[in-house]
Amino acid sequence: MALLIQGAARPVLAAEKKNVTLLNVSYDPTRELYEDYNKAFAKHWKEQTGQTVTIHQSHGGSGKQARAIIDGLDADIATLALGFDVDALFSKGGLISKTWQSKLPENSAPYTSTIVFLVKKGNPKAIKDWDDLVKPGTGVITPNPKTSGGARWNYLAAWAFAEKKFNGDAAQIKPFMTKLFRNVLVLDTGARGATITFVERGLGDVLIAWENEAFLAIQELGKDKFEIVMPSLSILAEPSVTVVDKVVKKHGTGETAKAYLEYLYSEEGQEIIAQHYYRPRSKAVAKKYAAIFPAVHLVTIEHFGGWQKAQADHFADAGSFDQIYQA
Amino acid sequence: MKFKRHSVIPGFGFTLGFTLTYLSLIVLIPLSLLFLKATTLGWEHFWHTVVSARVLASLRLSFGTALASALVNAVFGLLVAWVLVRYDFPGKKIVDALVDLPFALPTAVAGIALTTLYAPHGWMGRLLAGLGIKAAFTPLGITLALIFIGLPFVVRTVEPILQDFEKEIEEAAFSLGANRWQTFCKVILPAILPALLTGCAMAFSRAVGEYGSVVFIAGNMPLKTEIAPLLIMTKLEQYDYAGATAIAGVMLVISFLLLFATHLFQAWTRQYERV
Repeated sequence: MALLIQGAARPVLAAEKKNVTLLNVSYDPTRELYEDYNKAFAKHWKEQTGQTVTIHQSHGGSGKQARAIIDGLDADIATLALGFDVDALFSKGGLISKTWQSKLPENSAPYTSTIVFLVKKGNPKAIKDWDDLVKPGTGVITPNPKTSGGARWNYLAAWAFAEKKFNGDAAQIKPFMTKLFRNVLVLDTGARGATITFVERGLGDVLIAWENEAFLAIQELGKDKFEIVMPSLSILAEPSVTVVDKVVKKHGTGETAKAYLEYLYSEEGQEIIAQHYYRPRSKAVAKKYAAIFPAVHLVTIEHFGGWQKAQADHFADAGSFDQIYQA
Repeated sequence: MKFKRHSVIPGFGFTLGFTLTYLSLIVLIPLSLLFLKATTLGWEHFWHTVVSARVLASLRLSFGTALASALVNAVFGLLVAWVLVRYDFPGKKIVDALVDLPFALPTAVAGIALTTLYAPHGWMGRLLAGLGIKAAFTPLGITLALIFIGLPFVVRTVEPILQDFEKEIEEAAFSLGANRWQTFCKVILPAILPALLTGCAMAFSRAVGEYGSVVFIAGNMPLKTEIAPLLIMTKLEQYDYAGATAIAGVMLVISFLLLFATHLFQAWTRQYERV
């Protein structure tokens, strides 16, 4: 019996040398980006090594996806919405090393985005900056930072603005955030849900959204209906990527998985990224698409002391977000 | 000498053993794991999690709206079942199939459809807004979604009982001088009450745990329209597995007690019936 199994397993191993299968577990809005990128990488890999690589995709809420990997989903690669969820692969799952973020260039974030406002065409409420969102009578749509990874960037961007405006005076920042969330009409559980609430149901005057999501909404629904407003200050959203060490070790796919992520930083990878409205890291590609991505003052997550601290300060139970609703 | 009383049907021991094993595998083991995970919290932390203002508000909302929707379904579900059993009309087959649709529809689809309908700019939402009523993103909206998903439970449990209920009994009641109200209360209702209760209990327990259709229409505002299953998701999103299972455990215990009470009440009504 054992011989039979061994005999059966051997040709499979040999075949694996020729064909590689990778599973990339990602979050929701990257679906189209990775569809295009996978084709480009498969072609590149074939030319380089002669191997045929098939990449499977899985998409869902960032936190949900991270939990699935921790609970045993065999992901070779994780490309999630925020470093906090990738961190969990280390802290809760022990699947990657503590130093994952330094293994790839640019904090392991090959593309970035930022938080912008989507308003109705002509901007009837004249919304220009975060100040305008706390005015009475302005309906704001943003997803719930407790359930949506993306929404945590929204929240921190608003916080960073208030911090600058009030010179870091917590006694003034908190009322600002409270006023802002008093204007929130619906707290959807995910970013896509919030977009639907705003663009399809016509609720609210302004949607706080990722830049790529806002572009996608405009692209899908026509330029005559919505426009993007860039606030004076926003946050550099860095969706992080990593090879899941334990899984690739088991699959023997480490080399390919690493190359897959590294190629995201290549000229071609960055070009595809820009085409999908994510901000590229490459200066050359960024220059080419400068008209789409206006320069804006961006703070980073380091400003908040990294994800673990930001999570504990703002989004954990009894954090600053909970305090808004207890007041 | 006989120690065991043998059942008429053979294989009693085997089937009982199989049933218990099956129930343990499918129901008991997953549920006990849940409680096991919750115990990792420690009593103090568990209590702190469960009695926090947000959790209490969400439990009140979840059980309150579930109860309201079950009561509405009790009245109108019975009516629908009555019409489907007692009357023939063109298109009856289609209406009959429609009743089951909430069973089959993915709950997220139901949620999105209902939200579109009842949102301030939706068809029904606009009408209701004219009357000064806000449906979507309020507890009323949540109740509406729960009525939608709970309806077939009541209709499908009451229907077979009504079918078996002979018209002659009603006619006998009439000929003995009972008026319509008396016939309904004293003759029909006692006969269908156990089934109606079962249907309600099923609709209720389904509504308590419902997530997919509700999160879209709820608006998810903390302390106001945040349902308990959403809070569980919130805890999971923070990788707080133990906290999530604590809330789930409390929901489970409350549901179990309520369902158990319903069964006791049913047993009592049946006993009363026999006397």
